[in-house]
Amino acid sequence: MNGMKHTKGFWLSIVLAVVIGIVIQFLINGEILDSFYTNTLYLIGINIILAVSLHLIIGITGQFSIGHAGFLAVGAYTSAIITMKLGMPFPVAIIVAGIVAAIAGLIIGIPTLRLRGDYLAIATLGFGEIMRIIFLNMNYVGGASGMSVTHMVTWPWVISCVIITIVVITNFTNSRHGRACIAIRENEIAADAMGINTTFYKVVAFVIGAFFAGVAGALYAHNFYIIQPTNFGFLKSFDILILVVLGGLGSMSGAVIAAILLTIISTYLSNYPEVRMVIYSLVLIVMMLFRPQGLMGTKEITAFFKVGKTAKGGVQNDKHTVA
Amino acid sequence: MEQLIQQIVNGISLGSIYALIALGYTMVYGIVKLINFAHGDVFMVGAFIGFYSISYFHLGIFPALIISMAACAVFGMLIERIAYKPLRNATRIAALITAIGVSLFIEYGTIYLRGAQPQAYPNVVPLHDLKIFGVVISGQSIMILAVSIILMVLLQFIVHRTKIGKAMRAVSHDMDAAKLMGINVNNTISATFAIGSALAGAAGVIFGMYYTTIDPLMGIIPGLKAFVAAVLGGIGIIPGAMVGGLLLGVIESFVSAAGFSLWRDGVAFVVLILILLLRPAGLFGKNVKEKV
Repeated sequence: MNGMKHTKGFWLSIVLAVVIGIVIQFLINGEILDSFYTNTLYLIGINIILAVSLHLIIGITGQFSIGHAGFLAVGAYTSAIITMKLGMPFPVAIIVAGIVAAIAGLIIGIPTLRLRGDYLAIATLGFGEIMRIIFLNMNYVGGASGMSVTHMVTWPWVISCVIITIVVITNFTNSRHGRACIAIRENEIAADAMGINTTFYKVVAFVIGAFFAGVAGALYAHNFYIIQPTNFGFLKSFDILILVVLGGLGSMSGAVIAAILLTIISTYLSNYPEVRMVIYSLVLIVMMLFRPQGLMGTKEITAFFKVGKTAKGGVQNDKHTVA
Repeated sequence: MEQLIQQIVNGISLGSIYALIALGYTMVYGIVKLINFAHGDVFMVGAFIGFYSISYFHLGIFPALIISMAACAVFGMLIERIAYKPLRNATRIAALITAIGVSLFIEYGTIYLRGAQPQAYPNVVPLHDLKIFGVVISGQSIMILAVSIILMVLLQFIVHRTKIGKAMRAVSHDMDAAKLMGINVNNTISATFAIGSALAGAAGVIFGMYYTTIDPLMGIIPGLKAFVAAVLGGIGIIPGAMVGGLLLGVIESFVSAAGFSLWRDGVAFVVLILILLLRPAGLFGKNVKEKV
């Protein structure tokens, strides 16, 4: 492991992201980007957070969870209650939304993560649905007619949340805890035999993923003017799932790229929602038939700049797939 | 007391629809270990085929039922051949994602072709309401029960008394050994999908008659609940799916009757999570030790 080099690349990418963020802020201030593009940028940011947080659960830890919209809903409603009902500032709402979603993740994760594969998928799907039905039946948050929320999201909030999410999840993945999660993905029984506390790491990954989904929920709620339980059905979970699957199960840069690409595509197709879903579903099927590892496999984008240098540790080939 | 019996009757009608769908899930899972997410959409397609054959071709209920079952059988086989067969040796997750993709494709393909608006279902049930001891049993309920019982008996006959049924049991027991014994595994799997899909098609038609409206996304919730029913009874076990479906239907109608009708959809998932945690093999299942 070349520690110095890793740190250098790490700081370089953060500086790069901050510079891009500032440039875009100037473009927004100078009104070069109109509200349509600004809104698309916000959506891209929210989708990146969602994709990266689900990537940690599915791509890194290999736990096939399809109830991510449930955590998004928890974050969205919590943040809306904090700003709208309690009148507290937006930053508090973002943090509390993340924490409450993380607690929800903990409560859901401890029993369900004992399950595997398809059973886990169905159980998480069920939890996502239960979450939606709870909000549907809560008159405090408006029930089926939803809750109106003021628009508070600005570009600095979005980009800083995106950067923090990516930094935290990258560092988690590269830490010994992240390695333990990857070991669980590759073979849970073997990981268990090697002395890894599999349940603990699965729950940890799930809780971190839920936390960032909650943060994304706070941004989501304050970007639209109204939130309704129907926004958080399992179609939303599938929307997030396709970002991770398309990008490559196990590749964070893949998830980010897929989030950017698909958000742009779906913005242009927003007048034809059914065409969008037909295309999405065909992409899923064709992807699984011909390239089940996704666009990037488990590779990161940095791998393409390091051709020939084999000194790098970690995953080298494309053979690793989830489950 | 009458109220109670009335709820049980409603629950059994609803439950037999779940049971018919659950049979397809359980058979497919038993043989290829895949949650066929598209199964709920085959059910929806069956409902629409039934609707078109009644409204546009002025067929009676039984011809419509048979046409719908036949068309769904072919449809199910096509789905298996095109989408699932190439993935038979892929990872479980890849197959699951494909199944989700197929499901979304059928739903939104249907919306693209005919729009998302719901459709009123014609009432062509030739039976009248029956009143026994103060309990009203509607014609639809009798119809649903009769159709379900006939189909389930037929299924039991196919699985236990015919050659293809024997092949199905053999393949679900051990696919490789079955192949060595000269069983055509591909045809057997296709037959399983065909039978399961035909049952879903029949369920679609009777669901349409019972609830009187159908729409392209109607398959999602009953599909998921039927899966819950299959898990409840022990996935892969045919009598388990029947019992699980009936039980789930009765539980749901009691929850509705208790005044929590908005929570009805949540109950199924609570049941699912409880059964997965307390008895993952299901009511009828045997615990299987994990092999390394």
